[in-house]
Formats: sequence, structure tokens, C-alpha cells
Amino acid sequence: MERMAYLKDVVTLDLNEEKCVDCGMCSEVCPQAVIAVNAIGRAWIQDRDACMECGACSRNCPTGAFSVEAGVGCAAAVINSMLGRSDAPCCGPIESCGQTVDQKKSSCC
Amino acid sequence: MCQPDCNTKESESCKSGRGKVSIILPVILQQREPCEIQAGLPGHNQPFVVGSIETPVGAAPKVAAVLTWHDKWGTVKARWGVGRMDYTVEPGLYALGNPDNESRVLVTANYKMTFDRLREALPGRDAWLLVLDTKGINVWCAAGKGTFGTEELVRRIKMSGLERVVAHRELILPQLSGPGVAAHLVKKFSGFKVKYGPIRASDLPAYLEAGLIATPEMRLKAFTLRERVALIPIELVAAFKAALLLMLVFFFLGGLGGPAGYMANLMNYGGFAVIAILTAIISGAVLTPVLLPLIPGRAFSLKGCVVGVVAVFFLLIMRNPDLYFWPGRLEALSWLLLVPALAAYLAMNFTGASTYTSLSGVKKEMRIAMPLEIAAGIAGLGLWLTSRFIA
Repeated sequence: MERMAYLKDVVTLDLNEEKCVDCGMCSEVCPQAVIAVNAIGRAWIQDRDACMECGACSRNCPTGAFSVEAGVGCAAAVINSMLGRSDAPCCGPIESCGQTVDQKKSSCC
Repeated sequence: MCQPDCNTKESESCKSGRGKVSIILPVILQQREPCEIQAGLPGHNQPFVVGSIETPVGAAPKVAAVLTWHDKWGTVKARWGVGRMDYTVEPGLYALGNPDNESRVLVTANYKMTFDRLREALPGRDAWLLVLDTKGINVWCAAGKGTFGTEELVRRIKMSGLERVVAHRELILPQLSGPGVAAHLVKKFSGFKVKYGPIRASDLPAYLEAGLIATPEMRLKAFTLRERVALIPIELVAAFKAALLLMLVFFFLGGLGGPAGYMANLMNYGGFAVIAILTAIISGAVLTPVLLPLIPGRAFSLKGCVVGVVAVFFLLIMRNPDLYFWPGRLEALSWLLLVPALAAYLAMNFTGASTYTSLSGVKKEMRIAMPLEIAAGIAGLGLWLTSRFIA
């Protein structure tokens, strides 16, 4: 079956190829085969629309060559944050250990 | 489920903290120490622990690759949302089989379902399982939130005494922990080299056999029919919780107005309202996930709307309302608006469970879909109430 595709031309992913050090970590961690490397290991974006903005590439790039507004594409979470319920757990309990109430509220998910 | 259904919207402090991890990590490692309760090795009194293995840092709990009926029942319950928020194993180092100081170290999350998927994928193998404290959240969602992150991994390596348990300095992480873990920083702060394994635990044997080489297929997150079906129960439970009140309100309002008595109307109009809302739930939370790649459109709300429109046509054909008079017309029209709107809303919520939606895309989709869903909902409700009172 063909891979499922989400909306076109919305993704914030960008690559500064001048910073690339050819380590290949970005293409290794990308779960959507967005990034490929050429014969010498130089990264390039082969399928930007497939990017889900998980941020794995930028997190694992030792030189910060990637920029992406990483987040999770989850409508329920967006609604929660719009309603100011960022503390509403949608996928699990919130860490309470040693945190103040304020910190709890700001904790993600 | 979170699957990526976690809160996207991370606080600013959370975000900036993640960005500056290389600078603040050593400070955090010192500061967080008093907060940690579970230092050392995890408890042996957990039901899935089958023995213990002596290590230089003490007796490590031993687990088996074979799941018991109790483990499997736990998975079923979690899929239906029962006890799902507190389905955890204690973080720390576990022995799978009989590992020694040359055995592989596999890192995972402390969501019990995740832990079970990992060990059941490795029958007959000896390995160390380093379980991070992800607050009972699966790997991908925890990585998105940063709890399956560089900081926790480095801290857990130190706390577990892993450096003394194994002679090598290599860890195998699930690929989907990539959003939270910076491999180069783990190496810098702990000395351990991170190798990203396959996405699916079930690919681990092949990955290990190949000498830690993953095929392109192992690196690509699919969203198979089987996976989508597995998510239906939790979607249904959430939809029912939200729609229960709605169904009750429609049901009892259904009795009002019209020539017949309250009870007769209740069963007729109120009863149909409940069936129509159930149809919307089935359309948005069951049919849309199952048929996802086959339904036209890219936006999830559009897909849900399409299914809702088809479903409500079938429903109205069976209902066969009296379209010669206004009450029948308005009632039919109200459901033509309400069912697709509700189905679209529920389908939109499935973005969180899906594996390929970006936050930017979801926000764009919501900017267009939410006002339409709300408008259709209000208009539909107004028409339906009108149909009851002019009847």
C-alpha cells in the first residue's frame, strides 16, 4: 500500500547544508524517510511533505544543521492548550515529584 | 493514544530547557538527585520478575521473554483505557535471560506495554534492559515530551551502575526515541555510544543478527491496518465519555413538542437522535481509522466528514422522514449537518493517534475545520430543536 500523506507545504523543516558534517544520524533517526544521504554522507531533504516535525533529526544533529518547529501533531493537545488546559493529561500522569504547582501546569501533556 | 497523542504544546521553559541541554545537563544531574526515589536496582517484587542475577552492583531482577496471561490481559485493559495511566514498571536495569558483561544493553520506556513488546520480541536471548522513567508513557510520546531524553538516559546510566555491569560502552535505543535523545550528547556525558535500533521491537532479532544494521523498512514508521485497529478501543472510550451527555440531552429533548405524547416522541425522535450520534461516533472513531488510506482527502477532518456524509445518507434512507412537511425536512437537514460535523471532529482527534501528522499540518487543518464543525453543530442543533417545536 502506498504511504499515507498528510497536508502539503506546511512543514517547518529546514536544512543548512553548509553545516552538515556527513555523519548520517539525521537520516538514521527519521521515521518518515524524509532525509536521505548521498554517496559521501551529505544529507538532503528528499520528501519534505512527509515530515511530521518530530524533531529527531535536529535533536541528533551534532552541528545544528536542521531547524524545525518540533511538536506532536495532535488535535486534542492543540485544543487543550488553546483552552489553557496544558496540564490536562492526554497520555499519562504528570510528574509531581519535587515540582511546584506552577511547574506542573507548564509541564507538557 | 499518545502514540503521538501527547500534548504538543510544550511550555516555553520546557522547550528552552531542551535546547540548552548541553549547558545545563551537569547542573540538572546534581539538582535532581533528591527528587529520585528509585535509585539503584528496580524491585524484585513486581509480578513479572522471575528471578534475579548477581551483578557487581547487586541483584538485578530477571524477566522472561514469554508473557503470562496476566501480562496479556494488562495489554487488553490498557487498550481499553483501564488503568492505562498507571501501567508501569519500575525504572532501572533488568536482566532478560542470563546476560553477562558482554551482553547488549537495550533501552526502553517504563510503560508496561512497551516493556512487554520489547521482551517478547527477544525469546532465547540474553540482554540487559535499561528502563527509563518515562512516567508510564510509551517511547515515542515520551521522546516528544523529553522524558525519554538525554538527561534521563544519562542519569539512569549512572544510577543503575551500568558502567560496572557491562564491559562495553554501547546502548541500543529504539529509533523512535530520537526526538528526545541526542546521541552525541549521551556519548559526551556518559561515555556510552547510542545505536538507534529499529522502530519496531519485533525487528530487533533481525537487527541484532545483522550486526546492528537496520534495513530501510525497519527505519520507516508504517501505520498498518492492524495498528489502526488496535487504537480503536481507546478512541471509542474517549468518544463515548464525551458524547454520553450529548446523547442524554438529545434523547430527553426528543420527547418535547409534536402531536404525540412525550414518551412516544422520546422513543421516536430521542431514540433516533441517539442512533444518529452513535453513527457519527462509529464513522469518526471506527470507520475513519480503519479505512484511513482509502478515504479521499488528506486532512483527517475531511476524511471523517466524508464518512459521516455517507453514513448519514444511509441512516436517513432507513429513517425515511416525512419530507413533505417542514418538521421532517428540518430533522433530516439537522442530522445531515450534525453527523458529519461530529464525525469530522472525532476523526480530527485521531491525528494524535496517527503516526504521520505534523503539528503545523494539524494546526492548519484545525484553523479551517474547527469553525466549520462548530458552525455545523450549532446550526444542526438549532434546526433539530426547531423541528421538534414546529411539529
